[in-house]
Amino acid sequence: MELRTYILRRAATAFAVFLIILTLNFIIFHTIPGDPIRTLFQDPRISPEDMAQLRHGFGLDKPLMDQYLIYMKNSLTGEMGRSFSYYGDPVGDIVKERLINTLILVGSASVLALIMGVAIGTLAAWKRNTKTDFTLLGSSLFLYSMPTFWLGMLMLFALSGSVPSGGMYTPGANYAGFLDRFLDLMHHLLVPMTVLTLVLFGQYVMIMRSSLIDVLSEDYIVTANAKGLTGKNILRHHAVPNAMLPLVTITAINLSFVVGGAIQTETVFSWPGIGRLMYDALITRDYPILQGCFLVLTAVALVANFIADIAYVFLDPRVKVR
Amino acid sequence: MMPPLTGSKAELFRTTRRREAIVRYWKRSRKTLRLVWRSKMGMVGLMILIAFLCIALFTPIFVHFDRNAFNAEEIFLPALSKHHLLGTDEVGRDVLSELLYGSRISLFVGVAASAISVLIGGSIGVFSGYYGRLADEGLMRFTDIFLVIPQLPFMMLLAALAGPSLQNIIIVIGALSWPSTARLVRSQIITLKERTFIERARSIGAGDGHIIRKHILPNVIPLMFANTVLIIAVAILTESTLAFLGLGDPLVISWGSMLHYAFTSLAMSNGAWWYFVPPGFCIALVILGFTFFGYAMDEILNPRFRRR
Repeated sequence: MELRTYILRRAATAFAVFLIILTLNFIIFHTIPGDPIRTLFQDPRISPEDMAQLRHGFGLDKPLMDQYLIYMKNSLTGEMGRSFSYYGDPVGDIVKERLINTLILVGSASVLALIMGVAIGTLAAWKRNTKTDFTLLGSSLFLYSMPTFWLGMLMLFALSGSVPSGGMYTPGANYAGFLDRFLDLMHHLLVPMTVLTLVLFGQYVMIMRSSLIDVLSEDYIVTANAKGLTGKNILRHHAVPNAMLPLVTITAINLSFVVGGAIQTETVFSWPGIGRLMYDALITRDYPILQGCFLVLTAVALVANFIADIAYVFLDPRVKVR
Repeated sequence: MMPPLTGSKAELFRTTRRREAIVRYWKRSRKTLRLVWRSKMGMVGLMILIAFLCIALFTPIFVHFDRNAFNAEEIFLPALSKHHLLGTDEVGRDVLSELLYGSRISLFVGVAASAISVLIGGSIGVFSGYYGRLADEGLMRFTDIFLVIPQLPFMMLLAALAGPSLQNIIIVIGALSWPSTARLVRSQIITLKERTFIERARSIGAGDGHIIRKHILPNVIPLMFANTVLIIAVAILTESTLAFLGLGDPLVISWGSMLHYAFTSLAMSNGAWWYFVPPGFCIALVILGFTFFGYAMDEILNPRFRRR
């Protein structure tokens, strides 16, 4: 099979999965006990006529199949309904605006965590079963076991007063220029980014370590050894590049973990991204926002998986496209 | 076929068989335990777990705690105060008592949710691995979908729609954390079912049910045990995260909900470290305990590691 067919097939699969998840979302909303209108307007003074009016306004009196088709069409065109709070703004617009802020936080933290994770994981694997390995692995495991939000709370407490306690920019600030604005952003980004980096990095260390240990037992490493290459040389040119391959796939698969970490970090530091939006929506029981965020995050995860699948073919010549 | 044994002879035969089985089982467990004993990591993990189990079991006997006992005069008393070793919270309750009681809910939710998860994952894995073909294809695609959905947002959505209660939290966590178990069990069974002893059992007329119960399950259960221990760790972490985000049952106190109230009552900027440091530390310690123990068990029980 050609590469193009492979890519097309992967894309089609990803799209089909997205359609299934959309359907799942619809089914969940309609099967979970509780009437959305009743929970939304918990007021006994609302008359049955007004209730029917509301039901009609939301289109909840239409046959289920019609509701489903309207929902699918709207979701695919990016129309995700209107928020209950936020003055009834379209969900799509709110989520789009927040997505960029999340990407700033998650992107910077992921890159940092990857670099540090690869470096420390390599060291741990190279010094396998020594005290260094034990200390490095132990501390990564400890970071991994720590609840993300708790680490954030500790940071907030330890640094309270010396760094901004939340948000992305200083409220009401007047910036002299782009640089000024950027510096303020960095100032606010520093602590949340550190927290997210620490949480993600433990995992990369463990993956890199086990992957490198696997690679080091391969035949071509033995060959390299027999050729008389030095340990450092083998590591840099033969082992590490190959051991990093699983990181590509695992990074995509573990996007779920990254998203979880981002939601918690954003909540603690009031970072105006999708995670904080979800937290606020939870408190105000703003279901359209919750569903919109969920769908957007799922779509991002699907795209990331798709990219990882394709990238793997280019990175690992052993993978034959079937 | 052997003629059916009757009378005291049959009784003797059966008891001997049973005794042999018990001895065999005991020998095997003792070997495992000895290996756990030898692995430092596993030992540390086990110690932590036993300590927290004791706390969870014995707390109600020794400590009395009324979660509605608000005391306006004792708000945010610092640690080491008189009568309050770990101070008080934003409504004047004793933090240490809350912490001890919280262990019960956190551990219970973790164990209950992972029981659901292992049940679902195990069944799907066994079914998919043993029957193969179309069933396998269908079930694995289904599992893939669950693997790709970001878990926390999905759980937040479900828990918010279902309403905050202990039961809902357990179901939501259990119903969404089974894919890794399903994959593990499936891959194990696929190699297992090609082995000679399965073929032998089938050739003397054993049915699928018999083979799964008597030959397949005994061989995957040890592996599933290690996996379950690791899943409990994840379930406890998930419970505390959901509770922290305000999705916990408002009627009970867990470590996660303590942190939720600490966060919303601004304990960090109030400097009330005694309120939010201990619960988080307990969560991290328990998860570390399960993870250490789980990894040690995995290394002992997983055939993948044996050759190294």
